[in-house]
Amino acid sequence: MDVIGQQLANASSLENAPAIKEHQPGSGIATEENRKQKKTISQEIMLSVRDLEVSFKTFGGEVQAIRGVSFDLYKGETLAVVGESGCGKSVTANTIMGLIPQPPGRIRNGEVLFKNRDLTKLNKKALREIQGVDISMIFQDPMTALNPTLKIGEQLMEGLRTHHKVSRGEAKRKAVEMLNLVGISNPEERLKQYPHQFSGGMRQRIVIAIALICEPELLIADEPTTALDVTIQAQILELFDEIQRKTGVGIILITHDLGVVAKIADRIAVMYAGKIIEIGNKREIFYDPQHPYTQGLLNSVPRLDLQEEELKPIEGTPPDLFAPPEGCPFAARCPFAMEVCERVYPATTQLTTQHTVDCWLQDPRAQSVIN
Amino acid sequence: MTDSQSVLLSVKDLKRHFDVGKGKTLKAVDGLSFDIYKGETFGLVGESGCGKSTAGRTILGLYNKTDGEVVFEGQNVHDMNDKERQQFLKKMQMVFQDPYASLNPRSTVYEIIAEPMEIHNMYKSKKELRARVNELLEDVGLNRDHANRYPHEFSGGQRQRIGIARALALDPEFIIADEPISALDVSVQAQVVMLFQRLQREKGLTYLFIAHDLSMVKYLSDRIGVMYLGHLVELTTSDQLYGKPLHPYTEALLSAIPIPDPDIEESRKRILLEGELPSPIDPPSGCVFRTRCPYAMDVCATHKPQWLEKDEGHFVACHLHDESLMKEVNEQAKQLQV
Repeated sequence: MDVIGQQLANASSLENAPAIKEHQPGSGIATEENRKQKKTISQEIMLSVRDLEVSFKTFGGEVQAIRGVSFDLYKGETLAVVGESGCGKSVTANTIMGLIPQPPGRIRNGEVLFKNRDLTKLNKKALREIQGVDISMIFQDPMTALNPTLKIGEQLMEGLRTHHKVSRGEAKRKAVEMLNLVGISNPEERLKQYPHQFSGGMRQRIVIAIALICEPELLIADEPTTALDVTIQAQILELFDEIQRKTGVGIILITHDLGVVAKIADRIAVMYAGKIIEIGNKREIFYDPQHPYTQGLLNSVPRLDLQEEELKPIEGTPPDLFAPPEGCPFAARCPFAMEVCERVYPATTQLTTQHTVDCWLQDPRAQSVIN
Repeated sequence: MTDSQSVLLSVKDLKRHFDVGKGKTLKAVDGLSFDIYKGETFGLVGESGCGKSTAGRTILGLYNKTDGEVVFEGQNVHDMNDKERQQFLKKMQMVFQDPYASLNPRSTVYEIIAEPMEIHNMYKSKKELRARVNELLEDVGLNRDHANRYPHEFSGGQRQRIGIARALALDPEFIIADEPISALDVSVQAQVVMLFQRLQREKGLTYLFIAHDLSMVKYLSDRIGVMYLGHLVELTTSDQLYGKPLHPYTEALLSAIPIPDPDIEESRKRILLEGELPSPIDPPSGCVFRTRCPYAMDVCATHKPQWLEKDEGHFVACHLHDESLMKEVNEQAKQLQV
């Protein structure tokens, strides 16, 4: 009786001032210290992509999916790669992970440097020692990323057993630890279940646990929350944040959702038609975007917290990558396009230590056009 | 925009249950009531599995109802003979989610758009029909050269424009748009939303806009209904919904949506919901949201919350806002403390 009374009393006080109940995520890590712990990003470069060019042969010709992409990833940071479908963000991720089928794919140029090795030049065997061990990947759809005929315990332990040759008992202990980390309760029982016994959000947690079990240094997440509902997405994003604070893993997050980016990214690379057209830290991209495409992208999403009069969409569609334009690929849709934009691709302008942009408007001669 | 005088569509205690075998029923829509006024955009939001698409399809009559009624201009949608139904479909049309699946790949754009008008024998001569198709294409931002092409030659955004042109062909008053932009890229979404707005202005259309993207729904809608597990939990104007959400689920849903602004994101308080959506085959007793609600009380398990008008036009189904009930709860609590 007492319990009920207490509950009722609590509830009644909430009516006037609905206090927000503090969330208790994954039991393994959600201690206060972890929450307060500041994220540490070192200046050490862990991954370096240089002048990467990737194309695919199709019946209709050769699609130039990536046309010269360069960026660095620092230890412990989250780099978000944003852009619309077909801009090459997933191909970039798959190239780093060594998942480009050749043929029809072809890495025409460039290198992916990780631990002093060029991943694009490694043979299959050498690559396997890196895939899933040093670099892991999380895919978009948690419904298809798991094997429906295997218990999730087997799927969790598989990578560990293959790569680290640990005993079954040890692997199981680690698997339980991982499920705890990603906030799945009752892990010992859950190990014996099949994927269909889990909901979408839970499956994505398992996929994350599998990706992290070999303690990778780099995690590539390709639209990890796109298939999930917003309330579940909020849970998963919180989880990414906690895991990064705890393990110091570097994350490349591929997404088209600028809200997600604002929440968890440290730096942002904006891709368009196979090129990174602007890159900078989160504040630079959101509050001082220089490329008209980045500006357009930010203006074309409605915001829940603002009262917008009218959206400003970017007119037109991205160019055809079978025959990409010689100049700036955004020129055809750009409100500031000049003659030079259509003919010559702009040079990269260094604005701050982290912020660079490829745009002719940065050229001193363009000032008159802006005014 | 809203003409509050005339109700165009009235949904009363609408239910749509599906038999899933073994004597079980899935209650996809379980008691939905709302009115849509002429000329407004009514947004229906909720997470996947909440029944919003089923609601849209049942309103149009693509699904039979299980119970309740849908009244459009004084006519009961589920109680029409074939001839009445054909006339009704001239007034109410639908735009579907997937622009890749909702257009016949073997038909040209002309055939796709002309088909509804041919069925209704709207034009006597081919020439008139062709002129009308061209006009529709121009209305949705395409041009007449596109008429002889096939759907695969178009991008997602252009295909959605074709779907919209088809829905407009019969000159309807009311359009149900079921997630019409969720398959499109961000910059193209804005283009299509602007098109919806322009067409509403020009043709005086009324929309039922079904989507899970609350930011876009808030931008586009006059009023919004929030669904959870087959029930409406809150209904109000879009400004009120964001400014003064009443239902704990609406609060949580709003706080879960990331805002593309780093400073705001860092300072925002987030209400993380525990767990996931319960199965609509075996929904919780009492209030359907109670299993995930941070404020759940004992009474939530035993009594279904009433649909209350808290402020003018602001409806909510939650015991926390039921003053007489909360008074009782408070008194009981006081007695227990003494």
